[in-house]
Amino acid sequence: MRRFTLIALPYLWLLGLFLVPFLIVLKISLSDLNLSIPPYMPQLDISAGWSGLMEFFSELDFENFVWLTEDDLYWKAYLSSLKIAVVATFLTLLVGYPVAYGMARAPSEWRPTLMMLVILPFWSSFLIRVYSWMGILSNEGFLNQFLLWTGIISEPLQIMNTTTAVYIGIVYTYLPFMILPIYSALEKMDDSLLEAAEDLGCSRLKAFWLITFPLSRAGMIAGCFLVFIPSIGEFVIPSLLGGSDTLMIGKVLWEEFFNNRDWPVASAVAVVLLMILVIPIILFQRNEQKQREAEG
Amino acid sequence: MTLKLATTTAALALVAAQAMAEEVRVYNWSDYIDEELLTKFESETGIDLIYDVFDSNEVLETKMLAGGSGYDVVVPTGSFLQRQIAAGAFQKLDQSKLSNAGNMWDAIKERTAQYDPGNEYSINYMWGTTGIGVNTGKVAEVLGADAPIDSLALIFDPANMEKLASCGVYMLDAPTEVIPAVLKYQGQDPDSKDADVIAGTEEVLMAIRPYVQKFDSSEYINALANGDICVAFGWSGDILQSRDRAAEAENGVEIAYNAPKEGALMWFDQMAIPVDAPNPDGAHKFLNFIMDAQNMAAASNYVYYANGNKASQEFLVEDVIGDTAIYPDEATVANLYTFSPYDPKLQRTVTRMWTKVKSGN
Repeated sequence: MRRFTLIALPYLWLLGLFLVPFLIVLKISLSDLNLSIPPYMPQLDISAGWSGLMEFFSELDFENFVWLTEDDLYWKAYLSSLKIAVVATFLTLLVGYPVAYGMARAPSEWRPTLMMLVILPFWSSFLIRVYSWMGILSNEGFLNQFLLWTGIISEPLQIMNTTTAVYIGIVYTYLPFMILPIYSALEKMDDSLLEAAEDLGCSRLKAFWLITFPLSRAGMIAGCFLVFIPSIGEFVIPSLLGGSDTLMIGKVLWEEFFNNRDWPVASAVAVVLLMILVIPIILFQRNEQKQREAEG
Repeated sequence: MTLKLATTTAALALVAAQAMAEEVRVYNWSDYIDEELLTKFESETGIDLIYDVFDSNEVLETKMLAGGSGYDVVVPTGSFLQRQIAAGAFQKLDQSKLSNAGNMWDAIKERTAQYDPGNEYSINYMWGTTGIGVNTGKVAEVLGADAPIDSLALIFDPANMEKLASCGVYMLDAPTEVIPAVLKYQGQDPDSKDADVIAGTEEVLMAIRPYVQKFDSSEYINALANGDICVAFGWSGDILQSRDRAAEAENGVEIAYNAPKEGALMWFDQMAIPVDAPNPDGAHKFLNFIMDAQNMAAASNYVYYANGNKASQEFLVEDVIGDTAIYPDEATVANLYTFSPYDPKLQRTVTRMWTKVKSGN
């Protein structure tokens, strides 16, 4: 019985927080636009019983998914989000790895403090942190003022409201999600392996590539997924830091939902986005499982 | 909202009110009221006021259409109000609870009846025009002293925009504001619902889009005041607030607002009570409080928007009532136009075009 409860809990969690909301969104994606509260039809009328249920299902169709294929905006937005997410993930890895490496190599009494410093930004609101970047990157912002003062540039750099600002925002926001798994992989590494490599005449750089890097792979993969999956559907960062031509699926979804008031099409966009994300999520699960088995 | 009450009797009244936990939840535009009025309402009525803000009609409309927003008073713009009334989102006002109704201005009521026939569902809060805000110094630097700052050509002629791009241009992220202006610039009916005529605006917008730094409906107040940008196509009072913020900051930025000489969009923000408001009685009290001549005047004096309250005019400061950018003269009023909502099919075409204009896709 106890065992059953233990297994049931995560499934109930999944059912309540993933499957049920997903089915509601799926239902709306199969409905039609209507001027009413809520703005779609048909509505399920439970009092009508079985016949009401049958009628409800007969009115659902895949029209909205067909619509998504007819306008190139949608696949362009999916592609552009994928591109931004891939580039941002790579940049985060590039910044995150040396930080994690430095943390893992630091004297052990420093590590809790360094860890604290990585987590500290989470103590203030995500929105406030993104807004502060607006203050840093804008034409009259700190960065441009500083660069103008040093004489490196003579005209303010237009960073704010461009895709570059979006990359900066994503890298900054998701950096801890990259650092922590890599750090935990590096910290667990057995130092005697490196000593053995050096004893056998391996240069430090070569030892890094042959031992440290492969051993931290699982951490890097975990970090990349943790950054990639939320950045692809990111809405806040592109809408605050990005320019008008930063095309991301999160913004398209917003427009369908708010500007067109078309909940059914917005829901169809969301369902397709989820389908796209299911692949990396499954890969992530596999990786986690493999890692667990390896640790046995 | 915290309350500072001087007298013990008032404090006792407050305790009694809190025991009943009466609350009114108001959802209004950002930067759109003198916050002292909120405290005043609380101390006069003993009702707890919860005041939230939004910066686009779309956000408000989505909340209304989802139902169960929990708000007692909301402030949609006329054309949005009209559609939300059709969707059954609002309740009719109980005129017997609005003793200050006589203060309202007939000239404005006639115009708002276009969206809300008989003004049965709403009262006018503020109205204004959509026009052009410029940083006079920077624009003169870029385009010369005779820059057409009172003409739509400033923002819709690519030759001007190409030069202005260097100092920064923001435009409202609201197709229902920008497209009528383009139509006016082209000499068409700004309220046209002809899909082909509307499609004709795309060319103008695509030509200027590379020079627009951002389409946004709230950030321009600060951006203009800070000197980050030099031109904004936005709402009259917002630009005037920006002018004042710049003046207060003494940062050398000088802002001017002009309703385009070709004609400007006149819009009306209407206070209405959602059909499922938890406290419609309190909502009526808030509406009646706002309709009070002195309260309404205080709000206008603070936000630099004209209101639909005739009786409030004697309490307005000269800066507001005497400024033709806020209370336009006869000739400008004759040149103002209004806008009515698109049907869902045209709305989709318009939004799609707008996305294309904004993203280039």
